[in-house]
Amino acid sequence: MKPAPFAYKKARSLDEAIALLGENPDARLLAGGQSLVATLNMRLSAPGLLIAINGIGGLDGIAHKGGAVEIGALTRHCAAERSDAVGKHAPLIARAMPFIGHPAIRNRGTLGGSIAFADPAAELPACLLALDGEIDAQGPKGKRTIKAGDYFKGLYETALGPQEILTAIRLPAANAGSRVGFAELARRHGDYAIVGLAASARADGKGLKDVRLAYFGVGNTPLRAEKSEAALARGDVDGAVAALDLDPHDDIQATGAVKKHLAGVLLRRVAAQLMEQRP
Amino acid sequence: MKITADSPPVLSVLDRPNSYIGRAVPRPNLQRLTQGRGQYISDVTLPRMAHVAYLRSPHAHARIVSISAEAAKKALGVVAVVTGAELAKVMTPWVGVLTHLKGIKSAPQSPIAVERACWQGEAVCAVVARTRAQAEDACELIDIAYEELPAVTNPETALDASTPVIHASLGDNLCFERKLDVGEVDKAFAGSHAVVEATFVTGRHTGVCTEPRAVVADWNEGEQRMTVYHATQAPHMMQNLFAKHLDLSESQVRVLTKDVGGSFGIKVHTYADEMATVALSKLLKRPVKFVADRIESFVTDIHARDHRIKGKIGVTKDGVITAFEIDDLTGIGPYSVYPRTSGIEANQVVNLTGGPYNCPNYRAQARVVFQNKNVMCQYRAVGHPIAVAVTEGLVELAAAKIGMDPLEIRRRNLFPDDGYPAQTASGLKLEQLSHHEALAHLDTMINYAALRAEQAALRKKGIYRGIGFASFIEVTNPSAAFYGVGGAKITSQDGATVKLDAQGAITIHSGVTEQGQGAEAVLAQCVASSFGVSMERVRVVTGDTDNTPYGGGTWASRAAGIGGEAAWQAGKALRGNVLAVAGAMLQAKPEDLDIRNGIVVDKITGAERLGLDELARVAYFRPDTLPPGFQAELMVTRHYVPRAWPFAFTNGIQASYLEVDTDTGFVKLLRHWCVEDCGTIINPQLVNEQIRGGVVQGIGAALFEQCLYDERGQMLNGNMADYLVPMAVEMPDIDCGHVVSPTADSELGAKGAGEAGTAGAPACIMNAINDALRPLGAQPLTDMPFTPGKILQALGKV
Repeated sequence: MKPAPFAYKKARSLDEAIALLGENPDARLLAGGQSLVATLNMRLSAPGLLIAINGIGGLDGIAHKGGAVEIGALTRHCAAERSDAVGKHAPLIARAMPFIGHPAIRNRGTLGGSIAFADPAAELPACLLALDGEIDAQGPKGKRTIKAGDYFKGLYETALGPQEILTAIRLPAANAGSRVGFAELARRHGDYAIVGLAASARADGKGLKDVRLAYFGVGNTPLRAEKSEAALARGDVDGAVAALDLDPHDDIQATGAVKKHLAGVLLRRVAAQLMEQRP
Repeated sequence: MKITADSPPVLSVLDRPNSYIGRAVPRPNLQRLTQGRGQYISDVTLPRMAHVAYLRSPHAHARIVSISAEAAKKALGVVAVVTGAELAKVMTPWVGVLTHLKGIKSAPQSPIAVERACWQGEAVCAVVARTRAQAEDACELIDIAYEELPAVTNPETALDASTPVIHASLGDNLCFERKLDVGEVDKAFAGSHAVVEATFVTGRHTGVCTEPRAVVADWNEGEQRMTVYHATQAPHMMQNLFAKHLDLSESQVRVLTKDVGGSFGIKVHTYADEMATVALSKLLKRPVKFVADRIESFVTDIHARDHRIKGKIGVTKDGVITAFEIDDLTGIGPYSVYPRTSGIEANQVVNLTGGPYNCPNYRAQARVVFQNKNVMCQYRAVGHPIAVAVTEGLVELAAAKIGMDPLEIRRRNLFPDDGYPAQTASGLKLEQLSHHEALAHLDTMINYAALRAEQAALRKKGIYRGIGFASFIEVTNPSAAFYGVGGAKITSQDGATVKLDAQGAITIHSGVTEQGQGAEAVLAQCVASSFGVSMERVRVVTGDTDNTPYGGGTWASRAAGIGGEAAWQAGKALRGNVLAVAGAMLQAKPEDLDIRNGIVVDKITGAERLGLDELARVAYFRPDTLPPGFQAELMVTRHYVPRAWPFAFTNGIQASYLEVDTDTGFVKLLRHWCVEDCGTIINPQLVNEQIRGGVVQGIGAALFEQCLYDERGQMLNGNMADYLVPMAVEMPDIDCGHVVSPTADSELGAKGAGEAGTAGAPACIMNAINDALRPLGAQPLTDMPFTPGKILQALGKV
């Protein structure tokens, strides 16, 4: 379990990192390294160059401005976990944080890394999708913003170009009408979930509207369950469960049938969270 | 006599004035280990040392057509690329059989596969380089042409005529078979009020050690001597095997075992890659290091417990067990593991099933079949978790069938506490057990009646909790009956050498080894107590075949009971010798003196007479002042081997309280209890740590751990993300209680405690889950591990 030989460069600026990516097609960015280093050691990937971006200034930090919460790509999970701004204005992220790996992983792993890696079983991509968040990216052609709904393309595949670097994520800040829900089922705390569900909605009288359900661990990307969202907005929990049109594959921990059953259980639990919240 | 963890030690004949027996003293190696100053194999670095990486077969069964290694030989840092055929010139193959397992057979196994690889993960080529990373880089440059052969991966069909035979020379895929028929089984079943049958499956799993397997071999061509630094449980056994297969005398081999990061029975076997590393050092005439990485550990560390057991129990309406019957089928690897064999586990299942119960009718069949999967052999509590799962599973199913309380059915069948010595139907000889006292103690500890009331109240609210039990017996302190009689050079005796140094401190050299379980603490406690010094004055040396007495090492819960007794006796003998010197110096009778807290005192009054430092000074530097003809002997060795009983059986009972989420199939463990009887308790803290650690490994078997293989013999979850070991967050509080029935075979009276937790926990969890789900009409769960999917299936939800 020793990585194949690789070169290492520490980028001092975003521009330098972007240039290095252009010059080295087999380069990978190194931020928290919590997924990348394991794949290197298992020789599942063997990039010729690692470009460390940890030293680039201005890429970490959490800001609440203009009705949004902006979280820099290099923000460590632990910083988000302890952030008052995240707790107050991005409560879904705050709820998801304790489920991400273990404290040692959260000390080092970054939010940007998790979104850029786009593991379909990870918590944060689903949260971003549930919140209808945005991704800021910078590449040789400049900056652009990608909607979460347009970002997740396939298994570990995103809308980021080969020379683009994710610089921040932006989430609509929660207000009095916001409702969020989060639940996952993992065999052991800190494991990737067998199935998980991140949800957001807005209070509408005694009911809900703008329901967004984002499942993880059930497909190649985090998946919206749009038919169930509509049923839930009608207050029909049974209908929402019946309308679940997920088709998860078998994996080591559970068959597709078990995952699908559990997805229904989670829907009931998250629906209860959404309906019970009184800010 | 009961000792609980927080009660003061009970006085016994072992309570000398400064006795440590029965006291929870910290281990003497604690500071060294917590400061990171232990010496594990990874810490060993020698001049000219090279590192080996093994290229491993990606196929479960394949002919090796060719190996092209030219590019690898020229790669940066590479010292040598060595194939199985080349290594065969240095080391002879081995066959894992024992004569007392009648009919057991296996094929010769080589350190590196020659011509044919028989499991995914078997080493097919070695690359030795200046660093491990360079060796791994060069492995990628080797091109091996394989011709895939059909893989035998289903034990159920392994003996069918249509299934290929893995080793043609053996004729079939049967490694070992045992049959037993005692009493009148058919008549007993016919006369039963109820007969319950169930098929139990215990998942193939492995012991995941914190420190992986590791070895540094150093052949000294000038000295013609091999020094092996080895993370092993049994240095002397390995010394014998290294010598035998390198065609050396044992005096040419030294095995050094310092700190070991857990072993659990994993590190007491002959591993092909470790043997190859030793052979490579001989071939290359330089030190070679091999440290298994986590990925290769999963496909090479022995697996265990892959059993399918059809079980049957008969009971009368009064709950009297009339008969047990089992049919055990177990699929091992392509070779029986050397030298302990892969037949012992099934043999133990036959021996131990029904073990706690006074039932004379028993029929058993066990078949051990070869598979193209990683090798399987003895892991912590060999065979016990399987036998206990079958026995206790059947007992609770029978109790449910006749509507009897699960503790009550045990009360009616457990061997009576006043009926010893006794013998089980399978022929195990039991010296003195305490099943009923242990059960009564547990009943009180768990507040059983209240727990049942709580369970009933919660059921009305749709909360399904279960209470499960498992009585068990455990093999400890094995005599030569375990391996020696079968022709294996595995010693059951052990020794301790104790000496007084020139400043009056004590050093003990012992043949047992420290694997992290605290053996060194136990040895120090025994010597300090029987000799008469504080533990701070005792230094423990283990794990060096050049310097420690010949001994068996650590396995089968023997270190405390056997190694401890040798240490106790050695300390006592040295005390006698020291008092002889003191008598000479003080012109007193030695029998009027004693040693207390490191000072020679008057035995009756306790008055201080002479410091040990002064005594040592005279004995070593001024022996001319001692009486003419008097010779001080300040170093003594004592050995011990159990003789009166083949094994010192222990017993106990565990209970589990858990909650099943009937929507998700998830199990939440609420609490676990274990009451056991390991005889004299030398260190209650270490005993309880052994029980708790063992219970956790048993919980792993019940809920989490399984080596999953596909039909082509590929292991599917050989990494720490997919192979689930139990983690602290999911573990319940584990309460320990004790009953003390010392063995009369030794003065200490200590039996082993290392495996009781693992033996009983899986059955206990299984019974608790079934107890929780019984009111819902779920099919009993008997197929471990109990995943959410299996539980949902039993509930008819998927």
